[in-house]
Amino acid sequence: MTASILTVDDSSSLRLATRIALTGAGYTVTEACDGLEGLGKAQGQKFDMIITDLNMPNMDGLSMIREIRKLPIQMGTPIIFLTTESDDAIKQEARAAGATGWLVKPFQPDQLLRIAKKVLGR
Amino acid sequence: MSDSDPIAAFRVEAGDLLDQIEQALLDLSNRLDDRGLIDAVFRGLHTLKGSGAMFGFDALATFTHHCETAFDRVRKGLFPATAELVHVILSAMDHMRALVDGDGAGLEATGDAILARLQAALPEGGATVQAPLAAAQAATADEPPATGWHLVFRLPATAMANGTNPLSLLDELRELGDCRVVALCDRLPALPDLIPTECMIGWDITLTGNVSRDAIEDVFIFVMDDMEMSLTPFAIAQEAAHAPGGIDAPSPALPGPVATPQAVAAPAAAEGAARQAPRAGESVRVPAERLDVLMDRVGELVIVQSRLSQLANSGLIGATGEVALRSISEEIERLVSEMRDTMMVLRMVPIANLFGRFRRLIHDLARDTGKAIELLTDGEATEVDKTVTEQLADPIVHLIRNACDHGLEAPDERLAAGKPVTGQVMLTAAHAGGEVLITITDDGRGINRERVRAKAEGNGLIQPGQALSDHELLQLIFAPGFSTAAQVTNLSGRGVGMDVVKRTIEGLRGTIDIASQEGKGSTFTLRIPLTLAIIEGLLVRVGTGCYVIPLAAVEECIELSADEDLRTRGRSMIRLRDALVPFLRLHDLFETGAEPDPHQKIVVISAAGERVGLVVDQIIGSHQTVIKSMSNVHRAVNSFSGATILGDGSVALILDIMQLVASGQQREARLRAVG
Repeated sequence: MTASILTVDDSSSLRLATRIALTGAGYTVTEACDGLEGLGKAQGQKFDMIITDLNMPNMDGLSMIREIRKLPIQMGTPIIFLTTESDDAIKQEARAAGATGWLVKPFQPDQLLRIAKKVLGR
Repeated sequence: MSDSDPIAAFRVEAGDLLDQIEQALLDLSNRLDDRGLIDAVFRGLHTLKGSGAMFGFDALATFTHHCETAFDRVRKGLFPATAELVHVILSAMDHMRALVDGDGAGLEATGDAILARLQAALPEGGATVQAPLAAAQAATADEPPATGWHLVFRLPATAMANGTNPLSLLDELRELGDCRVVALCDRLPALPDLIPTECMIGWDITLTGNVSRDAIEDVFIFVMDDMEMSLTPFAIAQEAAHAPGGIDAPSPALPGPVATPQAVAAPAAAEGAARQAPRAGESVRVPAERLDVLMDRVGELVIVQSRLSQLANSGLIGATGEVALRSISEEIERLVSEMRDTMMVLRMVPIANLFGRFRRLIHDLARDTGKAIELLTDGEATEVDKTVTEQLADPIVHLIRNACDHGLEAPDERLAAGKPVTGQVMLTAAHAGGEVLITITDDGRGINRERVRAKAEGNGLIQPGQALSDHELLQLIFAPGFSTAAQVTNLSGRGVGMDVVKRTIEGLRGTIDIASQEGKGSTFTLRIPLTLAIIEGLLVRVGTGCYVIPLAAVEECIELSADEDLRTRGRSMIRLRDALVPFLRLHDLFETGAEPDPHQKIVVISAAGERVGLVVDQIIGSHQTVIKSMSNVHRAVNSFSGATILGDGSVALILDIMQLVASGQQREARLRAVG
């Protein structure tokens, strides 16, 4: 069974690029365009991994991560956040919220796939 | 566009983002302390920078980064948003658009100049600080690989709940080299206290192989800060350690030499031109539910089609077959009409998209002219074909420029005339039958007839002293060659005269009209047909001919009783619930020569707040009307806005509601004057 990944980003071009990379590697991708929609999708289906932006309208990434961590269905689901900040404070805050790891934008498809592989294990 | 090019997707998205940021900035210029707007601007710039860098728009990312940093500081309350800051970022929008559309070649000077202004707009000590984008990667000093490592680590208790899988970490380590792994169970609580989601086990690992410290730390990159870890090399393979540090990552350079403010002006004009240029491969964004509706209809059509095939093959004939066939035919009719409607609206966009652009224009014009100008809009939800919207942009820009430059007076002049200091430019849009009606109104000085006449005589457009009606006189401003260099300023004079505006509008099969009152202001009225339009019409018969009245304009249908008909022969007015409504006998108007039916009907229509009744012989019913334009030969006929083809192949003319209402009102006015 292929791993299913939820990507949450308000930028449709970024979602598109992420999807192309992930589906090309055989993952199944579900998309959401803000934290609220992401949370909704996470409530309905167990994902193997969630990739999310932090700055988004309606519900930001940090709030979404905190809410997802309260969902029994997503117990232990790895959550990777995208950030342009090399600022450690953001990483600290996101980890405290329950994020598993991060990926610094801009990233290349192979960096994304490496993270996916790392987080999903074999 | 689900599988199209991400770069193309980025361009479209960046355009939308820039529009959103611009709107937020314009709102912000009126409410400088609005947190929500500041956040919106920051978020927009942040997304633009992030996506820009993703898709190789490095110049855009670097440039946007400076703007974002400034707004980040505003957001954090380090300094307030100022009108100057908002203005500089607004001018940066155009530069960003250019960077999105092209590769940024030759635009460095423009960018640097804007950044210099940005620096100047920031308070002391607010200089933009470079985010050390590349610094993080270069921060770790390199250490020579060891022959092996002794590693002890304990993950934070929350690690597993937060998605870290200790087993995959161990797997990763094993990929680096041979591992001997011993679990450390000393911190495991007694069974009743054990929380299965908490990771209380530690690991003691002996890893052999030529592995760098970086490679091992990389495995733990996400948990490094929260975990306990000791990592010691077995033996150092080479002479120890280069001196740590000392390697400076190349950080993005600060904007170069500070450009003088004058240097900014020249590129700005070029940007303005670039911004107006149409973008290739423009797409229409369609709300998903509209596509869903279309998909549903197609699905139903497929089902009906299979029913039809089944019937065709069943050999059913006679009455039973006929009933089945009729039911299928009705079904198809319903589906096709629904699909047509859905298809039509796919291309329609709210005119708000167009109006939104003019807010920026007004902002800039107000600044350039030193006048206080307010833009009012109405009817922004009016939907117009996307192509039409785009072609309308330039003419309206020109009309707004004219209104701000020539129409609106300077503040002191307005005060002297007893007007409010702030001049108003009003944009409205509305559907009127098969047309969109757009008006551009200013409350400025209006058009000076004497000067128009003098100029037209000077240009040889009319003979000196030639008798002209007021309407004819005003029409002169649309004549080619009317606009003269003497009057052209850098605002309205862009080598385009009103004749070009008129030609563009006529190119859309539309009309432009002007009304102006000296001292009070001017109104330009554009009437643009909805291309490809299909309207819901009311089909009526007058004599032997059928006509279509746009249903949107129909208020009600009433009977014109025989005695009332006789009574109103002299004055064509009917009493309708305490109001007198003038009516037109279409028999007379169209000179049918036929005898009217004994029981005439009145269709009461309304437009622009006025009502008029149309007397017809028969009301046939509602009709989906595909509007065909009239040929050039019939262009002068102003009672009809188009024609349509009926199911039996005959032609029905579509009544021009605006014209009919106007002539009804005129007639009433005439009758009042007489009687």
